[in-house]
Order: sequence, then C-alpha cells, then structure tokens
Amino acid sequence: MAEKPRTLVEKIWDSHVVASEPGAPAILAIDLHLVHEVTSPQAFTGLRERGAKVRKPGQTVATADHSIPTLDPSLPILDELARKQLAQIEENCREFGIPFYGKGSPTRGIVHVIGPELGLTQPGMTIVCGDSHTATHGAFGALAFGIGTSEIEMVLATQTLLQRKPKTFKVEVTGSLQPGVGAKDIILALIARIGVGGGTGHVFEYTGDAIRALSMEARMTLCNMSIEGGARAGLVAPDETTFAYLKGRKFAPQGAAWDEAAARWRELPTDEGATYDQSIVIDGDKLEPMVTYGTNPGMGVPVTGRIPSPADVEPGNRDELERALAYMGLEAGKPIAGQKLDVVFIGSCTNGRIEDMRVAASVLHGRHVADGLRVLVVPGSQQVKAQAESEGLDKVFTAAGAEWRESGCSMCIAMNGDQLEPGQYGISTSNRNFQGRQGKGGRSFLASPLTAAASAVTGVITDPRTLTPTAPQAMSVVAAQPSAVAAHASEAH
Amino acid sequence: MPEPFVKTTSRVIPIPRSNIDTDQICPARFLKITDKANLADALFFDWRFTPDGARRVPPSFIDEPHNAGRQILLVGDNFGSGSSREHAPWALRAWGIRAIVSTSFADIFKGNALKNALLPIVVTPERLAALQKLVAANLDGEWTVDLEAQKVTLPGGDTFDFEIDPFARTMILAGTDEIGYVLSRLPAIEAWEAAHPARIDTTHA
Repeated sequence: MAEKPRTLVEKIWDSHVVASEPGAPAILAIDLHLVHEVTSPQAFTGLRERGAKVRKPGQTVATADHSIPTLDPSLPILDELARKQLAQIEENCREFGIPFYGKGSPTRGIVHVIGPELGLTQPGMTIVCGDSHTATHGAFGALAFGIGTSEIEMVLATQTLLQRKPKTFKVEVTGSLQPGVGAKDIILALIARIGVGGGTGHVFEYTGDAIRALSMEARMTLCNMSIEGGARAGLVAPDETTFAYLKGRKFAPQGAAWDEAAARWRELPTDEGATYDQSIVIDGDKLEPMVTYGTNPGMGVPVTGRIPSPADVEPGNRDELERALAYMGLEAGKPIAGQKLDVVFIGSCTNGRIEDMRVAASVLHGRHVADGLRVLVVPGSQQVKAQAESEGLDKVFTAAGAEWRESGCSMCIAMNGDQLEPGQYGISTSNRNFQGRQGKGGRSFLASPLTAAASAVTGVITDPRTLTPTAPQAMSVVAAQPSAVAAHASEAH
Repeated sequence: MPEPFVKTTSRVIPIPRSNIDTDQICPARFLKITDKANLADALFFDWRFTPDGARRVPPSFIDEPHNAGRQILLVGDNFGSGSSREHAPWALRAWGIRAIVSTSFADIFKGNALKNALLPIVVTPERLAALQKLVAANLDGEWTVDLEAQKVTLPGGDTFDFEIDPFARTMILAGTDEIGYVLSRLPAIEAWEAAHPARIDTTHA
C-alpha cells in the first residue's frame, strides 16, 4: 500500500517526534535553539535553581540584538537595565558553554538574520527561539517557531519541547509579481485578507509560482511575518534557490555530507495529493505595494488605496477601527499616499538583509531625504553591515542624509534607545504597528524597503512606482528584489 | 515550583476589545529585566498612563477602583497576539489575574499562559456576547472558574463547561512542572538522539 501523502510540515513533525504518550503532547526533538538577551535570563535562572545543565550546547547559539544600542560600539551603554541584561547573557553563555556572538563579534546580529547567514538554518530542521519572528527560518523549509521563556528553559534542559501537532494552512500565491511589488507586500496583503488571528492554530505553507520566484531573503521576509497572521510558523519548501543560498556557508554541510543532506532535503516538499486543513489562493499578478494605516498588521491597504471608514466595515470591527484611527490621528476615506512622515526606519529581522539595503540604496542613490525627516538605516547583522559597506551602500545612505548604524533590532521594538517620540509618524520596514511598539505614543506605518525608501525621499507615504530611477545600472542590477529593478527599468523608457 | 490551582471565585473585569496584543499587555521597554519582579506595574501600562507618565482620566480598565483584586478578565477575540514574551502572562499573574475568557487566544500566548497557571477559557462568539451583557448588567456578580470540573459558574447559578488542554490541566491541578515530566523520559530522548545525529555543532568554530 502506498504511503499516505504528507505535507512538508507533517514530514518534519513525524521525523522529530521522540515520544507520543496518550493524553500528553508529543515530545519533539529540537535541532537548533537560538537565544537572545531579552527572553532568556529567567530561563537560565530556572536552570540554576534546578541544578540543570544545557543539554546540547552544540545545538544552541546566542547573540545580543534586542536591547543593544546601534551607536558606535565603543561608547558605553548608558541604559543601566540594558547594560545589565547584555552582561547577563554573556555571563549565562560562559557559564553554560553556549557559543555567543556578542558586542564586537563580526557575526553578531539579529538572531533571525545570523542563523541563515551562518548556515545554521537548514531545511527539515526544527528551530526555536524565544522570539515570535523565529518563523523567519521557515524560508528554508524548517519548522521554526517562537517560544516563551518556560519553553526556553525546557529546550535548554532537554533539547526537546512538548508540542501538539499544528494544523496546516496552504497559502498559494499564483502568477508573478508586478514591478515594485515584493515579499513584504505579499505578506501584508495576506494578513489584510485573513486578519491577525486568521492563522491561529495553524502553520502556513507558502506555495505557487510567485513564491518559487522569490529569492531566499525575500522568502525570509515572507515567513518572518507569518506570526502577524496568527500562524506560529510559515514555511517554503526547499528548492535549488535554497541550496544555492546555503552551499558554502559556515555551518552548512560540506563535501559528501552536503550531497547526503541535499538528497534528504529533496524529499521534504509536500507530496502530491497531500491535504491541508485550510487554504487560500492569492493572485500575485494583482498585488500592489502595501502599507498599513492602523494599529495591527492586518490593517493594511494598497499604497494607492484609501484609509477605510468605520462605516464600511462589519459592525463587530467598527470600534477597533475607530480606536485605531483615533490613535493614528488619521481621517477615514483619505488616500494613504501623501500622509506626512517624521521618521523612516529601514531594518529589522523582516527587512534588514543585504537585498533590503540594496533596494533602499537604489532609491536613495543621488537623492536626499526630505527636509526635517529622520531616516534610520539599520543593518540586520554585522555581516550585512560589512557587505553593504563593501558595496558602498553606507555612503549612499549617508550622502542622502540617512543615519547608518550598527546592527540590531533597533526601532522595530524600541528597546535600545532608537524610538519614535509620542505622536510621531514613522514608516517602517519592520513587522508590528501595535500602539507604542516603536516608542510610546509613536504611530507606525508598515511597508516594504522600496516603499519606505521612496517615502524617505518625499517625506510622505509614496508609491515607489512613481519615482524615476537614479541609481547607476550596476546598483539597480544588484538590487536583488527583481521587482524593484524592473520598476526602475520600466520607468526608464 | 508552581502552586497547585483548582478553582477561584472572583468578580470580572470586562475589556471589550479584540486583538489585544502583547505590546499592550506588557510594553517592550519593560522587558529589560532579568527577573520577574515588578511586572504587575507594567501591565497594560500605556493604556493606564499618558506618554508623560500621568495616570489617564478616566482610569483605564484595571485602574478603576472597583476592579482592584479581580481575577477574571473578559476580553474580545484573539487575545495575546504578537510577541512570544512570557512577560505578558507574568504581568497578568503578578497583578492577580487567574483566568481570561475570550473567543480565541494567540498560540504562543496561550501556551505561555498555561505554563503559568493562567487559564485561557475559550467560548463561542455567542456566549462571549451573552457574558458581556451579563457583566454589563451585573458588574459585581461573582463567577467561579473551576479547572477541575472545567466549569464556570455565573451569578445566579448558570454554568458553562470549557475545554482546556488535558495535559496542561493535569499539570496545573497538581502544580507540577513540565520539565520534570520530560526529564523523566530522558532514556527515550537519548535513544532518539542516538538514531538521529545532530545536524550541526555550533561549538565547532
């Protein structure tokens, strides 16, 4: 009898179940545990209290990203709590034997940027981290999800987690993206359709021609925000794009081990005939650049669209929209484009990779940011920073009047001093526009790096397709978000 | 070690809002702590205080004087969306909340809540609407949330049953720690690891 067709998620799940007892969740083996300074201290305290060790330091890696300043690293950290927290992770890693990429390390960075960059993130793995954007690693066809501090302690102590099998949700994006449209726009459009709780209890699997055409970094952007649609994880089946990205990276398998691993990875994609618990189809040809107007990532519209009116939504959602518009100080019915900005933030685990830097630079090249606008460009890792500097992108940003910083989470979570002031409007390439997320009283619009960079030039929310290209051909070509390049090329005619 | 929890009787704090995210429950700037101290003060902080630090007028939900000491929250859909921060359930527990009634909870929040003996009680949209009306009409009515019986008793004696993960229920009723349970299965983990060599070695520089 033929085996029952299985999805990618089911295959990874099945191959990691250590034990499954009646009445209890499965004990799931964890291949890689990523650790950062904010959610781990209490877990290490718990380990000490129970006299436990870290069971598998070799499957654990730590960095400092959330509360670390993005200013000159030789400056002292003035925030006493942040300083203490950063000292604590270093101490915890030393005591428990965990490799730590800390301040001064050339491979330090946002935990979800450095995992893939170092080749630690590999197809078919189970990956966890005390951070909801762990979903990012799903871009490689890994089952990767965020966990709380109790679960961090569990993984440190046992290298396993107690888990119930998630339901599956197929997200098929058909066709090909139009110029100026990228992965960020796909995910914002998805969440606008299904809502911030639409994926609860499920894991997304992204499929379809538009997904296959995405680069690895674009797939990371996409998977990163799965949690904003309520799904704890989101995956893309591995393919040649995945393998090409991984090959030769520091922790990727080498030689014969590579061939063996690649053969295993090729077995991972969902079998024909496998079924999902839910599914949705999105027409990729029809997507436009997206921007949010409200206080959760599901409150998004095409950049050509208008701010919805409470009268136009279902009665149950009316109060929420009214409160959101009141907080944002926005008028229902007005076009979102043209909205005045105070700050532009380009960075984060969603859009802080080299391709994002290239896209932003391709827009800012030869231009200057609008008067009175603060533009912060924060690379996702020290390696991204070094790469960008080797390409001269830092010079493009600083010449345009933007700030170029050390790597970290920065204004995405506003824990390190980089933040919006009360009442300020910021367009941000990050993942959350919750009230106060980017600084208390701050008002956030989420968008792609292309849209954010275009808006930096004008000082108002801007459809990137309306700007003419300025970057030299070479820069446009390396701007790896193909749609961005195409946008410029098509306008040149 | 957590204390066993079986049931509680309390008045209810209604917060008729949907999609209450973890940045509302416990803003990120309170995550710089390395312990669990003082989190009760951080709960719903930006709802309670203006950016200048003044208490809002009128006071926000949990700051209303009659809500002091209440242990049950009645909230809208999708409570706890956003971040994985366990500081959110820690802050709720530190303030005194033991049970939250909603139509749905974000996955990570729900798991974190259960690990802190904070009960996520899921009801249908129809029941939520009925409960909201009930509380509006009788703000001082006492509810009993009984985990052992998986039952909520309303003022006047009406009851409804609720579902909860049976394993989490057992752990909370006994005040037991899940790590102890898994460590007692160590031979099974070692056997699995022997058959599945680690894919990476992060200590190999």
